[in-house]
Amino acid sequence: MKLIRELTFPLIAILAAFLVGGILVALIGDDPIQTYALLIGSALSWPDGIGYTLFYATPLIFTGLAVAMGFRCGLLNIGAEGQLTVAAFATAWAGISFANSSAWMLIPLTCLVAIASGALWATIPGVLKARFGSHEVINTIMMNFIAVGVASALTQTYFKQQGDPILETLPIGDGAHIPRIGQIIPGIPARIPLNMAFVVAVLACALMYVFLWRTKWGYEIRATGANPNAAEYGGISVKKQIVLAMAISGGLAGMVAINEVLGYRYRYYQGFSPQYGFTGIAVALLGRNHPAGVLVAALFFGALTRGGLFVDIFTEKVSKDLVLILQALVILFVAAEAVFRRRMGKTESQV
Amino acid sequence: MAEILSFSILYSTIRVATPLLLAALGGLLSERSGVINIALEGLMLAGAFTSAVVTHYAGNPWIGLLAGIGSGVFIAAIHAVACIQFDSNQVVTGTAINILMLGIPTLLSGALFETTGSTPQIPRANLIPNAPAVIAFALVPVIWYVLYRTPFGLRLRAAGENPEAADTAGVSVAAIRYTGVLLSGALAAIGGAYLSIGQSSLFTRNMTAGRGFIALAALIFGKWRPVQTMLACLLFGFAEAAAIQMQGVIPHVRVEYIQIIPYVLTMVVLAGFIGAARAPRALGRPYEKE
Repeated sequence: MKLIRELTFPLIAILAAFLVGGILVALIGDDPIQTYALLIGSALSWPDGIGYTLFYATPLIFTGLAVAMGFRCGLLNIGAEGQLTVAAFATAWAGISFANSSAWMLIPLTCLVAIASGALWATIPGVLKARFGSHEVINTIMMNFIAVGVASALTQTYFKQQGDPILETLPIGDGAHIPRIGQIIPGIPARIPLNMAFVVAVLACALMYVFLWRTKWGYEIRATGANPNAAEYGGISVKKQIVLAMAISGGLAGMVAINEVLGYRYRYYQGFSPQYGFTGIAVALLGRNHPAGVLVAALFFGALTRGGLFVDIFTEKVSKDLVLILQALVILFVAAEAVFRRRMGKTESQV
Repeated sequence: MAEILSFSILYSTIRVATPLLLAALGGLLSERSGVINIALEGLMLAGAFTSAVVTHYAGNPWIGLLAGIGSGVFIAAIHAVACIQFDSNQVVTGTAINILMLGIPTLLSGALFETTGSTPQIPRANLIPNAPAVIAFALVPVIWYVLYRTPFGLRLRAAGENPEAADTAGVSVAAIRYTGVLLSGALAAIGGAYLSIGQSSLFTRNMTAGRGFIALAALIFGKWRPVQTMLACLLFGFAEAAAIQMQGVIPHVRVEYIQIIPYVLTMVVLAGFIGAARAPRALGRPYEKE
């Protein structure tokens, strides 16, 4: 019963978003039914559709978990974008600087750098909030821009190939490449960039569930999110939870670098993220800040991303921006859940 | 030489500061009424896109500007209804609007002009290169006066500081907040229009490039007050203008380090190192009428 209720609102939100999106498609002169059939059909073909859907879902699982972790502690981390930018740059830096190490050394090292740098970047607004009470939303927005600026400056000064017109670093060492799924499971072509980071992402969902619902630390974070005053009264240090939750959140966002740098592009390049951090907000909200929900929501948005590319090519007028619009509408409708609750005669407050 | 340099720096400071100031003043009206507005970026994009498209078709930038304002108000209305009527999380809704306005202009320009996000060139005669700057700086004393010397301003500030007391005094908190948010849409849209039919002659994808967020930073740096916010916009505008001029002059300092100064300063101010920066007390808190 509880599960049905948990599923109802996200599904209504998705339907409402598709409805509004469909009207928009019809207005600019394409057939909404055909467009949606193309969108979903191309995401579910085997092996390319499924493979790419899982690949596009991977960074969204990480950022979705990151945002959900913040929400569970009552924090709105809209700085996942900056955290993953810093992490991607730092990971590339480690992969370049220690390029001659063996894979056994290099892969754990670069993964650790990805997590630690993301965590560190997120700890700053965490500490500022705990120490000075300054709002994490503003600080994380500011730090998104600082991240891009610093990564860009450092790339140009130290890591750019002479004469390369693109703002990107040198390639990382071969030892830092993590295997593609196609190299492990026969039948999946190796051209599909789906890599071990997807497995890491699914494990991260499981770990986050265990952490939040089966450990004392997780309990304290959730208690802080549910009611900071009561938590403080119950002997929980709210300030410590804020810093901890931000650090874990940033670490999760940083893991995007495992997929993008170690598993796909093998370098940092400016603008690699099509707003993964912000899509993470949609993923977390749609997944109701639960790791299992985040996984499903990320797969959904991954499928939309894949399908969007086909819509771009094979429809007369609609571009892949339809996917951005659907994302935004889903966020709007999930956030305005009160609309549906009131209609159904419920007035209980929620997150 | 030095004089020409300083004059050109002054000129480009004002050019950079104008869209920031318009969006920041809009944000000020919204946030002083109690509604967080991180959707300024999206509202600017709405204004920039719509005014470029309408100017292209109508051949008149003033009609374009009016249409741009209309689109800003319309998009702001979505934010207002979600936040005021349905108690949505204001930051989340603002983020959604920013994403929405990244997608919609590109989708529409693809359908209208078969491009990937840009609109056709507008002839030079149909641009308004100066008017938005005049509007922006003229609005500062106007908004100061309205905010501190009129009953409406008092109500607006009350809705953001102590909505319960405002309600008890017979003020409709919801109506005041709607006004604040819709006005923010109008002002941010003028700021966006300045980018597309003032500074340049067309709309390009994501042409605001984060200016809505710098405006938000300026608003906080200016401690939610009109004159200080203007000074913050000028300071940030100067930093950007200087960064552009210094490009390549000092070989070992990258421009990025100058460009991030506004963001760092805002964090420093927010932490309370340069006098306390206090947000309106009820900022972000939905008001449920008893």
